[in-house]
Amino acid sequence: MTALLEVRAAGKSFRGLRAVHGATLEVPQGAIVGLIGPNGAGKTTLFNMIAGVYVPDAGEILYDGRPIHGLRPDEICGAGIGRTFQIVKPFAGLSVLDNVTVGALLRARSTAEARSSARGIVERLGLGPKRDLPASSLTLPDRKRLEVARALATRPRLLLLDEVMAGLRPTECDQMVEVFRALNRDGLTILLIEHVMRAVMALAGSIVVLHHGQVIARGAPEQVVKDRAVLDCYLGEEAEV
Amino acid sequence: MRRETVLLLGLLLVLLAFPAFAGPYALAVATLILYFAYTGQAWNILMGFAGHLSLGHALYVGVGAYAAGALFFHYGIGPWAGLWLAMLLCMLLGALIGFLAFRFSISGVYFALLTIAFAEFTRVGFDHLDWLGGPGGMFLKVAQRDAWDLASFRGPPLMYYYSILFLCAAAFALCFFLLRTKAGYYWQAIRENEDAARALGIDTFRWKMAAVVLSAAMTSVSGVFFAFYYNNLFPEQVFNIGRSIEIILGPVIGGVGTLFGPVLGAAVLTLLSEAITEALGAFGLEIPGVKQVFYGVVLLGVIVFLPHGIWPALARRLRLRSGA
Repeated sequence: MTALLEVRAAGKSFRGLRAVHGATLEVPQGAIVGLIGPNGAGKTTLFNMIAGVYVPDAGEILYDGRPIHGLRPDEICGAGIGRTFQIVKPFAGLSVLDNVTVGALLRARSTAEARSSARGIVERLGLGPKRDLPASSLTLPDRKRLEVARALATRPRLLLLDEVMAGLRPTECDQMVEVFRALNRDGLTILLIEHVMRAVMALAGSIVVLHHGQVIARGAPEQVVKDRAVLDCYLGEEAEV
Repeated sequence: MRRETVLLLGLLLVLLAFPAFAGPYALAVATLILYFAYTGQAWNILMGFAGHLSLGHALYVGVGAYAAGALFFHYGIGPWAGLWLAMLLCMLLGALIGFLAFRFSISGVYFALLTIAFAEFTRVGFDHLDWLGGPGGMFLKVAQRDAWDLASFRGPPLMYYYSILFLCAAAFALCFFLLRTKAGYYWQAIRENEDAARALGIDTFRWKMAAVVLSAAMTSVSGVFFAFYYNNLFPEQVFNIGRSIEIILGPVIGGVGTLFGPVLGAAVLTLLSEAITEALGAFGLEIPGVKQVFYGVVLLGVIVFLPHGIWPALARRLRLRSGA
C-alpha cells in the first residue's frame, strides 16, 4: 500500500508554544488511521495543518505524493481531502439539506445534481427525517452527523474526522462506526482523531499517539494500548478508574 | 401554483395597473418606493446573501449618477451608454473595496467602516471636481415632454415609474434565480460560517468579490435612474452617509436576506414617512429632523419586536416560505 497522506516532521508553534513538533505519520491508501493523545497533545493543530488552516513552520505534508502544505483550505478540499470540525460549524440558518448541498456543489455540474447527491448522503447519515429543518435546530449528535455529511458531500478520497463520536450514545456510536466501515469498503481513506476508544478500536487499523506535539507511539491498536509510554501519558488515567 | 407565485403575480399586476388609478403624487411616491426597493435588493446581495455589511452604498449610487449624468451634461450622450460607464466604474470601485477588505480578511464592523470611508472621501473629492459642478451641483437639462423619449431617457413621470418597476422586477427575478445557483448557496455558506465554507472547497475570496462587484454594478443603475429622474446632483446629497442608511433601512426592516424584504421595507418606510410629512403639514408643524427621529423609532420597534424583519414574520402568518 502506498501512502495517500504523508506528514514528514511537521511542526507548528504559536508564540513560542510548540503545539506540534516533528510529527511524522503516514496514512496508507484505503486505511483507517486513528490519531489519539491527551488533551492539548496537538491533534487538532496537526489536523489543521493537513487541512490548510495553518501553514507548518517546519516539515512537509504530501498528499498523493504531492506537497500540499501552503495550499488554502479550499484548495485542499478540492484536491480531495474532506474534514470535519471538532467544534461544529453548521450553516445555522440553512436547512440540513442545503448545508450538505453546499458541499456537494464542489463536484456537481448543477444544483439539481448537488441536491440529489446531498439527499443520498443525508439519508446515509440518518438525517433524512430532519433534512428540511434549519441546522440551528439540531442536537449536538446530529450536528456532528451533519459535519460528516457535509464533508462527505465534497466526495473526498481522504476524510479527516475530528472527534465526531463525542457526545454520541454507544448505539449511535456503533451506527456511525458502521457508516465509516461501509465508506471505507467503498475506498475512502480515513484519519480520525477520537477520544471514544470504543470507536477507535473498532475502526482503526493502526493508531498514532501524539503527546506534547510529538508522536510517542504507533502501530496496531492492540499493541498501542499496551505501550508503556502511552499508558503513562494517556490511557493510564483511564485504566486506573 | 405556489402561493408565493400567486402573491407575486398579483402584486406585479397591481403595480402595472397602478398608474391608471393614481394621481401624480401617488405615482411619485410609488416611484420612490420602487427606487428604494431596487436599491435595497442590490444591497441585499452583499449583506443578505454574502453577509457583508456595507454602509457606503451611496458611493455606487453617486458614482453611477455622476458618470451617466456627466456624459449627458457635457456630451449629450444618453444614459444607455452612460449606464455601461456607470456600471464599469462602480464595479472597479467595488472590486477595489472588496480586494482591500477580503485580501486582508477584514469583515464585520471593519468592513462597514471601510465602505463608509470610501463613500466619504469620494464625497469630499467630488466637492472639488469643478468639471462635475463641485459643491454647486450638476444639473441635467430638463425638457418637458409628454412623449416617451427612451433613447435619452426623457419623458413623463409614467416612463420613470415603469422603468423602475422593470428594474425592480428584474432585480427580484435575478436574486430569485441567484439563490438557486451555486453562487447563492456559496454566498449563504460564507454568511453563515466562513471557515466551514472554506473547508468545503469554496474559494471565499472569489465569491465575496463576486458579491461586492455585482452589488455595486446593480446599485450603479439606481444612480443612473436617480440622475435622470431628479436631474440634479450634489455631492453633499448623493454621497451623504444618510443616503447609505436610507438604502439599507428598507431591507433591514423588511427582512435581510429575503427577496420580499427589500420591497416590503421600502414600501412601509416610504409610505409611513410620506404619511408623517403629510400629517405634520396638516397640523402646520415644520420640525426639521422629525423624519429621521421617526425612522429611528420604527427601526427600534422592528429590532425589538421583529428582529428578523417584517417579512419573515408576515410570511409565517400567511403561511408562505419566508426565504422567498
